[in-house]
Amino acid sequence: MEVFVQQLINGITLGSIYGLIAIGYTMVFGIIGMVNFAHGDVFMVSAFIALIAFLIVTAWLGVSSVVLALAIVLVVAMLLTSVASWAIERFAYRPLRGSFRLAPLISAIGMSIFLSNFVQVTQGPRVKSIPPLVTGEFVLFGEAYQVTLSYKQLIIWIVTAILLAAFWYIVSKTPLGRAQRACEQDQKMAALLGIDVDRTIAITFIMGAALAAVAGTLYLMYYGVVSFADGFTPGVKAFTAAVLGGIGSLPGAVIGGLLIGLIETFWSAYFTTDYKDVAAFSILAITLIFLPQGILGRPDVEKV
Amino acid sequence: MAEDAKQLQPDYAKALKDAAFAALIAFAILLPMVGFKTVQNIHNALVLETRFSWLAAFVAIFAASGFLNSLYLVPWREARARQTKARVPGKISQFLSRRFAPFALGFVIVYPAIALLLAGTGGSLKWIDNFGIQILIYVMLGFGLNIVVGLAGLLDLGYVAFYAVGAYSYALLAKTFGLSFYALLPLAGILAAFWGVLLGFPVLRLRGDYLAIVTMAFGEIIRLVLINWIPVTNGYAGISGVPRPSFFGIPFNASDDGFAATFGLPFSPIYRTIFLYYLILALALLTAFVTLRLRRLPIGRAWEALREDEIACRSLGINTTSTKLTAFAIGAMFAGFAGSFFAARQGFISPESFTFFESATILAIVVLGGMGSQIGVAIAAVVMVGGTEILRDLDFLKQVFGRDFDPAQYRMLLFGFAMVAIMIWKPRGLVSTREPSVFLKERKVISRDLVKEGHG
Repeated sequence: MEVFVQQLINGITLGSIYGLIAIGYTMVFGIIGMVNFAHGDVFMVSAFIALIAFLIVTAWLGVSSVVLALAIVLVVAMLLTSVASWAIERFAYRPLRGSFRLAPLISAIGMSIFLSNFVQVTQGPRVKSIPPLVTGEFVLFGEAYQVTLSYKQLIIWIVTAILLAAFWYIVSKTPLGRAQRACEQDQKMAALLGIDVDRTIAITFIMGAALAAVAGTLYLMYYGVVSFADGFTPGVKAFTAAVLGGIGSLPGAVIGGLLIGLIETFWSAYFTTDYKDVAAFSILAITLIFLPQGILGRPDVEKV
Repeated sequence: MAEDAKQLQPDYAKALKDAAFAALIAFAILLPMVGFKTVQNIHNALVLETRFSWLAAFVAIFAASGFLNSLYLVPWREARARQTKARVPGKISQFLSRRFAPFALGFVIVYPAIALLLAGTGGSLKWIDNFGIQILIYVMLGFGLNIVVGLAGLLDLGYVAFYAVGAYSYALLAKTFGLSFYALLPLAGILAAFWGVLLGFPVLRLRGDYLAIVTMAFGEIIRLVLINWIPVTNGYAGISGVPRPSFFGIPFNASDDGFAATFGLPFSPIYRTIFLYYLILALALLTAFVTLRLRRLPIGRAWEALREDEIACRSLGINTTSTKLTAFAIGAMFAGFAGSFFAARQGFISPESFTFFESATILAIVVLGGMGSQIGVAIAAVVMVGGTEILRDLDFLKQVFGRDFDPAQYRMLLFGFAMVAIMIWKPRGLVSTREPSVFLKERKVISRDLVKEGHG
């Protein structure tokens, strides 16, 4: 029982991070029908930006308040990652809009390779680690095996919940969100009605990247390590989450993320850690084969 | 007329504005990554070093390219876009598809001799092995994947799984049972084809990007199993001491019944390398030849029909299940051949050689080559693989950028960049024309704009 609750807490924490990344996949796929393969690497880049921002804020500027430092790092990472994602969209994807279907996918794979190697070349291939930022935990219950909820986990839950609420509000209540949903349904018609489609798509990329930056910052805070190769596997798992939840659906991405996080933690706790990535990839394959519309998605209609 | 003249006037104010904008964006993106470097100090803690001169140089480069782009490139592209839409294949494409193949074939056949003449016995080893054999392996893999992606239109991002199956089949069977390379080559192909059907079966209903992602997942699962199934595959450590192929029974060694002694030549490792070169050349040509012949058979035409329109295919009574599975199986079979050759050439295999990156490379070669075009695939393999190999040898760059500069570490960086750049420059691939399989009177080259890529 204690182990189960503890794994539940760990799983939800991991799942929150996956969910945040998954939203970037699901929004981009929803609006231009493209798997943004580089999104996992954008997440990794954002973790590096957070790392560097953290070192500047603590070592150079001497900010000692943890909350203030985290807030600054989060904002800087979100801003700079958004600019980078905007540039990637502008340079690597926009020229290929309207081209044949494989072109953006290949371009995105190239971008993914480029980004991870760019970080490797500029920051070195070694794993970067920082001392734990936030320590301390609540002991919930349990005698021999104490179930704990660390402050880090609590921060991740709170930040994720606030940002998800904010983005859900943007997408469902504001004119910008309306424009996004219109482009998702029919780009040509949306353009005829006076929506700047290019701008809307760019903003979608920016929003996805901002959430990935939140995930990157939280990931860095939670694990304390990041390396240039950390983009691929979390990226694939987050994509799995997006597919599992129903691609194109925002709540679906979060539900999928939580599910993948829980499955991964429970798999590691009760079976073996060796095959935990196999579990994630198998879920991806099984979902796509048997439930391609996901939990909350709409089924794809085949048209002549 | 007046408007045209106005168009031709370079707009310096706008160009300056674009340059400033490019500089600003470049500054924001590069500030953390290039401006700072995280290094570990002697207490093992991370500290920052600044590289602001680098940052300034990069920002200046971006500003200059933004300026030039706005001033010259954009007007030029707009002018080109205003021209008529239907593009007739240019003279170069026509020439490439008609006359280039025999020349290229002749060149690859005499290539080892040229390398020997120019670089001598010792120096040519690198040229034949690193460039010749390495590129030809990718050409062969490209030809194999071309059947799946280029002909049948099935987007496969896990092709390296079959390559791995071939390599491990050969390595394990040769080490355990002592069977020869020539007996195991077909067997490895059959095993890979079997896996192709096995993995192809569940994904029959999927199309496009989803198919790509599922095949990628399969490729990763196979790699992870190779890593974790230690009793059989020896995990990360890999399998070493894989038997090398012999010259049809005569081993390449210094013993009395070795290749050199049998033919009365002084012993040298170059013979084995040259033999391997011709072996992979023969395998690659076999793949190309089989593909060419298959395209004329009903199955090949079914593949191309499937690529163009799956629903039409089904309504015409083509069995899409068997059509897709044969494409997967035959593509996988060639990957199995290439894999067993790879294991025999290296003498050592580990899961490191079969990462997702390899799959992406092979798919990139096929797409950049202009899916379906064999010459294009070969050219793309030379450009992408040869281009990154050549970076290992650019020693003069060390004199330009200083002693610490290691060009090899920029290989993958440039590889990724080239993938994006070629896609933007030529989304239809380097050789964007196609030879029709069936024609009425005369074989005419047609533009790729007229061919769909299919969504299957």
